[in-house]
Amino acid sequence: MSGPIIGIAFGNTSSSIAYVNPKNDVDVIANQDGERSIPSVLSYVGEDEYHGGQALQQLVRNPKNTIINFRDFIGLPFSECDTSRCSTGAPVVEIDGKAGFVVKRGDDVEEKLTIDEVVSRHLKNLKLAAEDYIGQTISKSVLAIPTNFTDAQKTALKEAAKSVDLEIVFFINEPSSALLAHVEEFPLDKDQNVVVADFGGVRSDAAVIAIRNGIFTLLATEHDAKLGGDNLDAALIDFFADDFEKKNKSNPKKNARSLAKLKASAQLTKKTLSNVTSATISIDSLADGFDYHSSINRMRYELVANKVISQFTAFIEKVIKKADLDTLDIDSVLLVGGTAFTPKLATNLEFIFPETVDILSPLSKNASNNPNELTASGAASQAELLSAYDADELAQSLEPIILNTPHLSKHIGLVDAKGDFVPVLLAETSYPVKKTITLKKAAGDFTIAVYEGEHHIKESVLEPAPKEEKSAKTEDDDEDDESDWSDEDDEPEVVREKHYKLGSKLLELGVEGVKGLELIFNVDKEGVLRVAARDLKSNNVVKGEL
Amino acid sequence: MFELPPLSGSVGATVESGAKLSPSARRPIEPVGKFFLHHAQRTLRNHTWSEFEKIEAEKNVRNVEESNVDPDELLFDTELADESLLTHDARDWKTADLYAAMGLSKLRYRASQQQIIKAHRKQVLKYHPDKTSASGASLDQDGFFKIIQKAYETLTDSNKRPQYDSCDFEADVAPPKKGAEYDFYEAWAPVFASEARFSKKKDIPVLGDATTSKEGVEKFYSFWHRFDSWRTFEFLDEEVPDDSSNRDHKRYIERKNKAARDKKKTADNARLVKLVERAMSEDPRIKLFKEEEKKEKERKKWEKEAGSRAQAEAKAKADAEAKAKAEADAVQAASAKVDKKKAKEAAKAAKKKNKRSIRNAPKDADYFGDADKSTVIEEQTGLIVDSLDDEQLVSVAEKIKNDAASVKTILTEAAKTLSDAGKLPASVVSYYL
Repeated sequence: MSGPIIGIAFGNTSSSIAYVNPKNDVDVIANQDGERSIPSVLSYVGEDEYHGGQALQQLVRNPKNTIINFRDFIGLPFSECDTSRCSTGAPVVEIDGKAGFVVKRGDDVEEKLTIDEVVSRHLKNLKLAAEDYIGQTISKSVLAIPTNFTDAQKTALKEAAKSVDLEIVFFINEPSSALLAHVEEFPLDKDQNVVVADFGGVRSDAAVIAIRNGIFTLLATEHDAKLGGDNLDAALIDFFADDFEKKNKSNPKKNARSLAKLKASAQLTKKTLSNVTSATISIDSLADGFDYHSSINRMRYELVANKVISQFTAFIEKVIKKADLDTLDIDSVLLVGGTAFTPKLATNLEFIFPETVDILSPLSKNASNNPNELTASGAASQAELLSAYDADELAQSLEPIILNTPHLSKHIGLVDAKGDFVPVLLAETSYPVKKTITLKKAAGDFTIAVYEGEHHIKESVLEPAPKEEKSAKTEDDDEDDESDWSDEDDEPEVVREKHYKLGSKLLELGVEGVKGLELIFNVDKEGVLRVAARDLKSNNVVKGEL
Repeated sequence: MFELPPLSGSVGATVESGAKLSPSARRPIEPVGKFFLHHAQRTLRNHTWSEFEKIEAEKNVRNVEESNVDPDELLFDTELADESLLTHDARDWKTADLYAAMGLSKLRYRASQQQIIKAHRKQVLKYHPDKTSASGASLDQDGFFKIIQKAYETLTDSNKRPQYDSCDFEADVAPPKKGAEYDFYEAWAPVFASEARFSKKKDIPVLGDATTSKEGVEKFYSFWHRFDSWRTFEFLDEEVPDDSSNRDHKRYIERKNKAARDKKKTADNARLVKLVERAMSEDPRIKLFKEEEKKEKERKKWEKEAGSRAQAEAKAKADAEAKAKAEADAVQAASAKVDKKKAKEAAKAAKKKNKRSIRNAPKDADYFGDADKSTVIEEQTGLIVDSLDDEQLVSVAEKIKNDAASVKTILTEAAKTLSDAGKLPASVVSYYL
């Protein structure tokens, strides 16, 4: 018997593998070195091949034979590959119009590795790690990919996986995968618009996803191939390099080896600072025989990295704008990827977004503590779901006729006792859909007026409350002046609120003498709206059909 | 949740004329998660919502059935049966319900060794002072944990467990209240089942039901009448002081314990006897059997008396017949008497008539021409008539009737016969002679 279907998150910087264990929990698999986030690095020393963290260490000593940041090259013509990101590792060369690497094996024999070969070797290592962990042969996987991967890239990935006996049964979009993992762990109680922001090592992806009755719809995606955790490293490296130069009159950035050393240590320091408020860095013989030892606290780091972090937040705002939404339309921001550990990122976002928006980072108690494992976990969950299907069924399920569904363009909802619109089916709800609301406490006679609704953002300037005159000025006058000053400094607060407006009336139901009411909204695939109100006590039903 | 406005329009559904949903936008959805797969299934198989919900519900049921929950787990208490145990003084552990402390209040004496170990592990995980201190309790508040440990110690000891079980009155099932309405078999079966745990014999007959054979019922009650119980009351003993300093006191306590034990045992046996007696008196089968027995006896007696009964019958018949006959005879006799009387009277009347006709005959014949001698003739005729016996009277009357002319001759003949017979002297009837 073959083992379970595993979920793979294949990143430029690191990869994760996960599966759903027999207890129905998602297990993120660690490789032999105990890494759950396995660096996507391959290194060749003599006859030996190193993978993961061991290979990453080779980046200092053996950079020319260490392949990094290769994922995005798969299936792309060489001309479209951004070779600069591999400058610190094995250089990218053109092989048959595709990207490839040249590494030295054994007795100075040069080996040409096409990108397909590199990817399949990487996948093979992941597969072996999974097999070691689970103890069964693995032959199927669900692979998470960025939303902008082309069909050619998917085909190339499939081929590469096939050459190591790994069938990719399904490609899952990274943001959807991460969101799936999140909602599996923290089930949603209502429909939401979520920004999934995936900040990796060298690239960033963000997507606005509407969740309606558990079904995800991508509203917009945004990619930045130059923004990632490496930018934070670079900021730290600059800071440390300046410090080192000041102390030792030697610039470590001029020497590739010193730079590699510094980068490895800076990365470590960055990770430490995500958990504690101060960290040390110590590198023996960083440059020109000088050792480097220093400590840095989180505040300093955040100042250093402030520019990069604001780039991240700007990136998120950009994708919201692209989806033609307002920050108030967003219910939560899910931070994914290694960079999501950075606490400043979440606090900055909390600052930018209104209070109604949940920032789902490791700081939040409603989110996973391991944002870098979300993508793999989601892929594993999906794999588990798909394991009940055979290939035909799956292929049928992925037909465009099923995937492309109509979505409501406006909210559909009710009027409550105060005359306000209460949305039931939000805009962007794909249909057919059925939604049930239960009003247990409702008793008596009611009108259920069904409207289409729109919302708008209302901005109002909140005047600072006039300062109360003190009845008796017994205190020192100076002190009063001071507090007055600080008050005057306050900017008038601008309150932005989301307001619903009634649109056209659709239908009305009247019910009397109910005790507990259940409202069932149903839109079928032809777009016919049916609303039924059921008395929970007597089971009487009033139905309306548009 | 929100509140709905009160009813303003009519009851029922009204659709706004011309109302239409705004045009929809077609977009791909993400083929991710179970909700999408459900959507795909519904679309592919053209299921309606209700059909789909039914299928899903069936699936869930199957999942629950297939889930391999440890069957023992289901028998354990999900929460502490008696909250007061938490504050029970650990020093008085003997008075605590040890099975409840172990989470075995449903199983009690039925719990197997394995189950006790499992339950203990579960309770320890939950009530270990290290665990409870995490939720704010101080480490000293370990009374209940101590009780759990004592309970485990007692219940896993093959000597102590029977002792505890003997005194586990919680496991006793009270017999139904007297005078209350209840089903005999339903009410009594658990009582006997719980009492049976003290049986030394292994093969324990069950109470059965209304269809149990008489043999079975008899076996059941004979078992319970001769019940051999291992129940002991050592667990309730007063603690025997372990100091060797006061031997007398120790012995005194031991003696006291033994006496108390014996007393309790006797009381328990008496209780059981009473219980069985009561059950037997209420057992509808016993009543039925008794009734049947009575009937059978009567039937037998009936059969046995068949001969004498026939005799009696015959006698009665004969009596009746005799009586009827006597009656008939009496009637006959009476009627005969009447007839005789009548005949007599008739005869008398006939005699009188004959006498009169004879007497009057001479007068009718004009005294034979001797009218002057009519007085004599009449006197002498009267004498003849009086002297004639009945037969002669009849024949004379007959002769006269037939031959009125020869009356004189006939009377002469009669007188002659009479005088010849010596009945009348010839001188008296001189006329005719």
